[in-house]
Amino acid sequence: MTEISIPQPTRPWQRKRREQVRSGASFAAVAFVAFIVVLFTGFAGFDGWAIALFLISAIVLFIKGRKLSQKERKNAVIQLLIASGATLAFLPWLSIFASVAMKGLAGLRINFITSDMRTTVPDDEMNMGGALHAIVGSFMMVILASIITLPLGILSGVYLTEIKGRFTFLVRFVIQSMSGVPSIVAGLFVFTTYVSATHGPTAFGGALALGILMLPTVARTSEEVLKLVPDELRSAGYALGARQWRTTLMVVLPTVRSGLTTVAVLGVARVIGETAPLLLTAGSSTALRFNPVSGPIASLPIYVFGLLQIGTEYAVNRAWTGALVLMIFVFGLFITARKIGGKDKR
Amino acid sequence: MTIAPPIKREMHVVHSRGDKVFRGIVTAGALTSLVILGLIGAFLFGRGAQVFSQYGLKFITGTNWSASTEPGIANEFGMGPMLVGTVIVSVIALAFTVPMSIAGALYIEFYAQPRIKKLLTALLDLAAAIPSLIFGLWGIQVFTNIGQRWASFLGNRLGFIPIFNTISDNYGRSPFVAGCVLASLVVPITTSVAREVYSRTPRELIDTCYALGGTKWGAIKTVVLPFGKSGVVGGAMLGLGRALGETVAVYLVLNLNFRYTFKILESEGGNVASLIATRFGEASTEELTALIAAGFVLFLMTLGVNMIASAIVTRSTRS
Amino acid sequence: MSNTSAVLDTPEQGFAGLETRGVHAWFGNHHALSDVSLQFPARTVTGLIGPSGCGKSTFLRLLNRMHEFIPSAAMAGEVLLHGQDIYGEDIDAAAIRLKVGMVFQKPNPFPAMTIRENVVSGLKLAHIKIENEDDLVENCLSRAGLWKEVKDRLGASGGSLSGGQQQRLCIARSLAVEPEVLLMDEPCSALDPGSTLRIEETIKELAEKITVVIVTHNMQQASRVSDYCAFFLSDGGPGVLVEADQTRKMFTNPNDSRTADYVQGKFG
Repeated sequence: MTEISIPQPTRPWQRKRREQVRSGASFAAVAFVAFIVVLFTGFAGFDGWAIALFLISAIVLFIKGRKLSQKERKNAVIQLLIASGATLAFLPWLSIFASVAMKGLAGLRINFITSDMRTTVPDDEMNMGGALHAIVGSFMMVILASIITLPLGILSGVYLTEIKGRFTFLVRFVIQSMSGVPSIVAGLFVFTTYVSATHGPTAFGGALALGILMLPTVARTSEEVLKLVPDELRSAGYALGARQWRTTLMVVLPTVRSGLTTVAVLGVARVIGETAPLLLTAGSSTALRFNPVSGPIASLPIYVFGLLQIGTEYAVNRAWTGALVLMIFVFGLFITARKIGGKDKR
Repeated sequence: MTIAPPIKREMHVVHSRGDKVFRGIVTAGALTSLVILGLIGAFLFGRGAQVFSQYGLKFITGTNWSASTEPGIANEFGMGPMLVGTVIVSVIALAFTVPMSIAGALYIEFYAQPRIKKLLTALLDLAAAIPSLIFGLWGIQVFTNIGQRWASFLGNRLGFIPIFNTISDNYGRSPFVAGCVLASLVVPITTSVAREVYSRTPRELIDTCYALGGTKWGAIKTVVLPFGKSGVVGGAMLGLGRALGETVAVYLVLNLNFRYTFKILESEGGNVASLIATRFGEASTEELTALIAAGFVLFLMTLGVNMIASAIVTRSTRS
Repeated sequence: MSNTSAVLDTPEQGFAGLETRGVHAWFGNHHALSDVSLQFPARTVTGLIGPSGCGKSTFLRLLNRMHEFIPSAAMAGEVLLHGQDIYGEDIDAAAIRLKVGMVFQKPNPFPAMTIRENVVSGLKLAHIKIENEDDLVENCLSRAGLWKEVKDRLGASGGSLSGGQQQRLCIARSLAVEPEVLLMDEPCSALDPGSTLRIEETIKELAEKITVVIVTHNMQQASRVSDYCAFFLSDGGPGVLVEADQTRKMFTNPNDSRTADYVQGKFG
């Protein structure tokens, strides 16, 4: 038997290293030319450079494209357009990530999370004052909102999937409709009812407004999570003679434990950054407060918002740092939700 | 020989006591949610009806929003300019959003390397979670210069077109710039939806395009875009709903002036949400009721758009 | 395993120009196909037979450069069309696919297009100008055996046809770009027996003008439709070409015992 030597696997359709280097170099050349163009013409700023880059790439494409077939040329032109459009789509939020990180970190000192603004003015140096009151305020309102909303929302989800009683259509319809309430309208509602009745902004009022926004989301996502539980699981429970409450509590809910946790975490992530409703219901404050039912209270979004209204240099610096803290919370929640949510695969 | 049809027996379910308690609690929870949310809806509707019966259709079409402090002079509440302003800013946002989202989604699904695709998809999800306040912050602090440049370019070169016609030279806080910022806010949402839709294109159809000798654009044009059309439209409607109800990002960027204007480069404008935000503090009970009615109209708009969006999306997933 | 190189001798019909020399295929580290050398005579039908999982479809996709769409795919060896390696540098894969067409297992007409639009879609994708669209549509649908059934409803949606009709529409679509070779990957496995027979007749008529390579699980189909057969086998390792010869010989008096076992139904 002759020994067969197995050849090496190759990928002849891939662009060779040489060609990759060449196209990288030509892109760098085009970028450089665009830079020169910007220096000499009126195109200003980053957007000017980007536009010059696009136009020069288009010109280069047209020159190179004359020896291509029509379909190849169209393909290349569309590729340029899609790449440019995609860059435009990605740039804003990439810019936000970068700006918040850089400008926020510049002002982040330990006192930012340990002290409040009771004795400092926004224009003071960055090593004075902080956002502790805002962080505590936000946490308090979010926790209060969750205490009300999570049980109600999850119970609604359980009702829609497990019990399916007479009110199912109505409950689902109302939840669907109210999930579209603009955040400011929710705030306005609480303002004209609770806040007027109690004569003034309070943390509890803010929590109510946030709760109105959370409830439909929590209910809908709970229902979706519970719907994922296969009916065979419930049938198995019933077939073993278990009653409905046992089946639900011991079979269905544990299966979606991580799913429901995700629901909670995502619900919180959604409302922690809401500004408009808090504007109308919780007001703002410069001091660290713990009383939820009396007096206005600070929150991270209102903190940032207020500083932006002031607009001086130090105030804006604080605003960026506040934004950084807010983003860290939102992203932390989001990433936690993803990590937990992946555990439900069964 | 005919056989009598069988007589159906009724099947009763008698719940045990434990189950009765359980079902009672769960139903109570669901009904509480129903009542709370329903009451809010009813409240908004009630106030809205009250205001409409008092002011009639002029509430929507009227151009003046003024609360009088003197007892003799009547209040005049017309939210026309706000409604128009809301729509204008949202339309500008959508005009930018849709092409960018489609390009972004196509790029991620069909042009990006596998590792970049995973990274971008994850980042896109994170971007959709950024609070709108931060978009407003970025809008005034970072974007305004750029937006101003573009607006001045439009104003100077294309000023003969009526909507680009401006009197002043200050473009920074115009509906145009606000629309751009709003677009950046909405783009992550619509791009996520579009990407999700495009990723579900049947692989065999794309393969067939290549097997027939087509290019990547040929495959996209022939198969992907038609397949994803309704899903993308649904996503755009979702983005529109978001844009209509947006308060803070617009409030921070726009110079608020509550009168009709179609000149999108002029430094003034407004939307319903900003109206509520600015006027709630000093509003009398009457004006508050009017504000609620305005909020109700806004709610109806977003509700309508969201319903159309989910109808389109369910129709597309079914077919 | 022996190293088999098969030259299917048909001196009268001449050489189709499609041949493989020592072709291997990988998916990542998994060696899926080993050392296949095969020549395809012009205007014949060659059936690729063998149990499932031995690389027949992979081999087919190497012939029109569709294998490379799988991210971890790799290959070795040469695939020659008229003496030119289609994997050579500066070869336009899309141009190859115009000459070597493919019909897939599941019928997949473009759902957003009418029957007429489906037929000419290949030409639109390739930006080839159509001289006389009506003639072309009639020609392709007739060759695919579908013209009589749809000539009055060319404007109907592609999805409104039955499974067998859809597959014939896909055949017509592939014919419109005038390939020299048509690859068919188990084209009848999703169809009922009646449609299957009609398509087999179509294949035999197509072979009067072009070369057909058909992967099939169905040995009876292979014996009905093909002039030549190539038998692939895998023993858990990469798939190899065991034997290739005229169909009649493969089924009555094959050289290799494994071929004999397979065609007699002893396994697979």
